[in-house]
Amino acid sequence: MQKELELVSVTKRYGDTVAVDAISHHFKPGGYACLLGPSGCGKSSTLRMIAGHESVSDGSVVLGGKDISHLSPAKRGTAMMFQNYALFPHLSVSENVAFSLKMKGVDKAERLAKAGEMLELVDLSALADRLPDQLSGGQQQRVALARALITRPQVLLLDEPLSALDPFLRIRMRGELRKLQRELGISFLHVTHGQDEALALADEIVVMNNAVIEQAGPAREVFNAPRTAFVAQFMGGHNVIALSDGHFAIRADDVRLTMRDAGELQGNITSVEYQGMHVAIAARIAGDQEVVAMVPDTTFFENPQNPGDAVGLTWDQTKLHKLSA
Amino acid sequence: MVSPLMAILLFFLVLPVGMILIVSFWQATEFSIIPAFSFENYEFLFGSSVTFRVFMNTFKYAVVTWVFTLLIGFTVAYFLAFHVRTQRWQIALFLLCTIPFWTSNIIRMISWIPFLGRNGIANSALMSWGVTDRPLEWLLFSDFAVILAFVHLYTLFMGVPIFNTMMRIDKSLIEAARDAGANGAQILWNVIVPLTKPGIMIGTIFVITLVMGDFITVRFMSGSQSANVGRLISNDIALLAYPSAAATAIVLLCTVLIVIATLLRFVDIRKEL
Repeated sequence: MQKELELVSVTKRYGDTVAVDAISHHFKPGGYACLLGPSGCGKSSTLRMIAGHESVSDGSVVLGGKDISHLSPAKRGTAMMFQNYALFPHLSVSENVAFSLKMKGVDKAERLAKAGEMLELVDLSALADRLPDQLSGGQQQRVALARALITRPQVLLLDEPLSALDPFLRIRMRGELRKLQRELGISFLHVTHGQDEALALADEIVVMNNAVIEQAGPAREVFNAPRTAFVAQFMGGHNVIALSDGHFAIRADDVRLTMRDAGELQGNITSVEYQGMHVAIAARIAGDQEVVAMVPDTTFFENPQNPGDAVGLTWDQTKLHKLSA
Repeated sequence: MVSPLMAILLFFLVLPVGMILIVSFWQATEFSIIPAFSFENYEFLFGSSVTFRVFMNTFKYAVVTWVFTLLIGFTVAYFLAFHVRTQRWQIALFLLCTIPFWTSNIIRMISWIPFLGRNGIANSALMSWGVTDRPLEWLLFSDFAVILAFVHLYTLFMGVPIFNTMMRIDKSLIEAARDAGANGAQILWNVIVPLTKPGIMIGTIFVITLVMGDFITVRFMSGSQSANVGRLISNDIALLAYPSAAATAIVLLCTVLIVIATLLRFVDIRKEL
């Protein structure tokens, strides 16, 4: 039976500043959710309130129908994986993993056996006797993961878990995180500021900005149907255009170039950037707005354009998406 | 090429110690010092039960002082590092701890005397509260007074390195421990104490060497009734028995070095330096 995590107008105030402003959200149980937003948007505070490392100023955190807002971190059924992993530098890998069992008074042989099982899960059995600073970043991350999972949490909270890794490792580790979440079937709640990371990992994306939730939903829905200009811009790949009847978002790869007078809009090309599979063409249109068109490279090179050229921009009207703000 | 730093070390450290070592093999009579190579001073030192007793007394002062400076220093450092929230208050309270050090060692030591004396403030207060009806004799000119003065003089040397090490402990480790279900005492014992060991070790080295090398505190606070190795040396010097004083100094130096070498085997302090 999966327990459901729910936020009920959760608020965090630091003095006069509101870091998290009465947010409510119901996370789907057993899924991979990402809290996405720019730095300072309140996503980390939200995670830390769920974990119990930050007190809730108002509202409540509910897990499996029980208000856990005022329980100690270990009694909530959550476990947290810290941004810099926070491994105990004086303890070996297996002692790090077994730490919570030691705190519960489990005897040494038993807790090290349990830690061994967890290390097998993250494929680190061979390094059980090393100290954390003898491990690579990716290995340290797996130790942190094993240490969090040994408490058998209902929800695993991950605070920017991939930000300390190099780009290559980041992509590999996110694959492993996703795989692990499927195997364990528990909820993962992952805080990140990278939209590509969120899109790659999440079943459900919660976009935050200025202490509130801007939009929440399945990854594909948030990307394809952004509700606000902020979400469209933050998720990337979209143009936000002010037209006579309001603001609209359109995916850059849905914008096509055409003859000067044949398009919906006219513009002058300001830059052409070859990106491999696509060519990104930026054009300045009336009202000093910039529109980017992502044109497949074969299409572009059949009829190459240069900065300064006047072009028409066109799209399928059904792809144009009205924004509420 | 000898670098300037090496030259300074040679002149101010190696040379004096070398001279003491040489003189320790000389001979002396009541009125003259004779350059020689004789083990007479060492034979006398190691053959005398007084030496043994005095060394034991010195160790006793060092160990008891260490225990108290560690308890007080650790507690204060822990409070400053983990309970005082803002850096401004941390600095303010830390400076407060150093205020006694704005006066000289000797003055701080001597100021205990009128406080602890037979008719001092401590005794009159205790008598007026009815705790005792006669002045307590052991308050002054006793081992109690010596240790009290040592603890007062040297706790800062224990507290500062511990505070310094504690400030470098990543606060997320404390949260990680709490996340794993550790309570306050468990966090203290399983995370903070192990990670503070290098600071404790540096403080220990300060306190042990300072107490082992002291002679003036013991003389003043014990009213010349107790002896430690420092006093042995200072007495020899007063009697112009330089070779004997030098030999005692060399034995003391070796003892302290052995103690420190032993301590360093248990804790790695390289990261702190």
